[in-house]
Amino acid sequence: MQAWRRLGFWLPVAVMFVWGLLVLVMHHDTVRETAFTLFMFIALASSLNILLGYTGYVSFGHIVFFGLGGYFGFYLLSQHNWPLLPSALAGGVISALIAGLLGMAILRLRGAYFALATIGINEAARAFADNFSPFGGATGMFIQFSAYEPYGGPGPALWASFIYLWIITLAVILVSYLVKHSRFGLGLLAIREDEDAAMVMGVKAPRAKTIAFMLSAVGPGMIGTLYFFKNGNVEPGDAFQLHMSIEMLVMVMLGGMGTVLGPLLGAVTYVGLRGYLLTTPIFQNLHLAVAGLILLLIILFVPAGAVGWVRSRVPWLRRALE
Amino acid sequence: MILQVQNVTKRFGGLQALSDVTFDLPEGQILGLIGPNGAGKTTLFNVINGVYAPNAGRVIFRGEDITGKPSYEVSRRGMARAHQVVRPLHELTVRENVMVGACFGREGLHLAAAARKADAALAQVGLADRADQPSGNLNVAQKKRLELARALAAHPYLLLLDEVLAGLNPSEIASMMETIRAIRDEGFTILMIEHVMQAVMSISDRILVLDYGVLIASGSPEEVVNNPQVIEAYLGDPEMTARLMAE
Repeated sequence: MQAWRRLGFWLPVAVMFVWGLLVLVMHHDTVRETAFTLFMFIALASSLNILLGYTGYVSFGHIVFFGLGGYFGFYLLSQHNWPLLPSALAGGVISALIAGLLGMAILRLRGAYFALATIGINEAARAFADNFSPFGGATGMFIQFSAYEPYGGPGPALWASFIYLWIITLAVILVSYLVKHSRFGLGLLAIREDEDAAMVMGVKAPRAKTIAFMLSAVGPGMIGTLYFFKNGNVEPGDAFQLHMSIEMLVMVMLGGMGTVLGPLLGAVTYVGLRGYLLTTPIFQNLHLAVAGLILLLIILFVPAGAVGWVRSRVPWLRRALE
Repeated sequence: MILQVQNVTKRFGGLQALSDVTFDLPEGQILGLIGPNGAGKTTLFNVINGVYAPNAGRVIFRGEDITGKPSYEVSRRGMARAHQVVRPLHELTVRENVMVGACFGREGLHLAAAARKADAALAQVGLADRADQPSGNLNVAQKKRLELARALAAHPYLLLLDEVLAGLNPSEIASMMETIRAIRDEGFTILMIEHVMQAVMSISDRILVLDYGVLIASGSPEEVVNNPQVIEAYLGDPEMTARLMAE
């Protein structure tokens, strides 16, 4: 396939591959933790991009798939002693199934109505987790210390979860690229630009949107499981944080929605900025306000995001930046 | 018959947009649809290609009842449409726009084949040199051609053209007419809404006249322009008729 040879594909993949490899070689806990957070947000933002960037549907509640998938995976892990990888995969599958069911109901809505519905879903999911006793209700669930034994103790278990996250992040970026350069992806882009015209041209919009929604939910579900495994517990307040949904939106918009590289760039930039704000006394409690301001400025002045802006200004870079 | 419209009625609240419209379209013909603004022409297109479901009546396409089927199902069965108000997919290039038509139209081509088909369709409508530009950058005449190319790339049995000449200057109209004739000669069946009378009269095999949602006349261009009802409702002036036929 000629597409595989393109730089636009290799650039993000190579960056992620080398980065993960460096973390493994350095074998330092702080470096791993930083990379874990960044990889997590890169994969979350890239997943959201399939819905937001390619299909043009704004979800304010995308973290719900991280929460629900994570909850389900963690449930298998902590209550049924499943190993980490199958639990994470199950978390991804359940997220996709929930997205499929939700999608059939709410993807009929367009624009602001869809966005509002996604906020409602996040709150509904949190209330569900709060009151569902198999998931531990409001106190959530904990992991037995013995669960770390198959990995050789808690330390190596954290390394194992990092390696899985690395692979999942690479896979999410791969899927993002493949979708963008497929016939299916062209249909999504057509829906984004004009859904009614796309349907007149033969794009089966209801089905395509639902599949896009499901694809964008798989990654968050798997990553949620890994994240809660790393933390050792899961509780409703951690799993369904509305502000994380909004931060995901900021990352995608900042880097450039509808591009493969954009969410990667946006996630790294935003997480870096947030780290700076959180450690600077004046901004400590204002990092969300700053996120809101960034979102506003991007929408007003650079709606295409960083990658989109460069692509439109420097034509010869178009091949290199997907 | 490639298309049979039987007793189609469409209401929007209290407004009777189409009343009991019936006509047939044989394969290989160009059928012109004329009538004053608000007569229901675009609504009729919307009912035929599944954007709206009619309140009563049936639409038969190539022997199959497609009444109330969603527009993407109709498209895949081989009906493509160029919109009156152009609807380019702005952020996509001109070629990508046309590829959407080829990928999801009757043939359902894969990307590589769709790209080749798109280039052929763009060449046919004279937009080949614009293929790599974002479609938002085109001017009105070029956007009209893009609409046409997108519909052509779907390789439909039936092409619905909604005022593809509107907003074009006389030389653009002349060259667009040539393009449409060339398309007809390739064997496409065409149903076209048009306000530019000389054009529609010279190109159509048959004409339908719609007024307030009612089909008031149908026949050859000569029959239609000499029909007193049509003159009153639409053409307005008997002398205009004479001028039209003279040209």
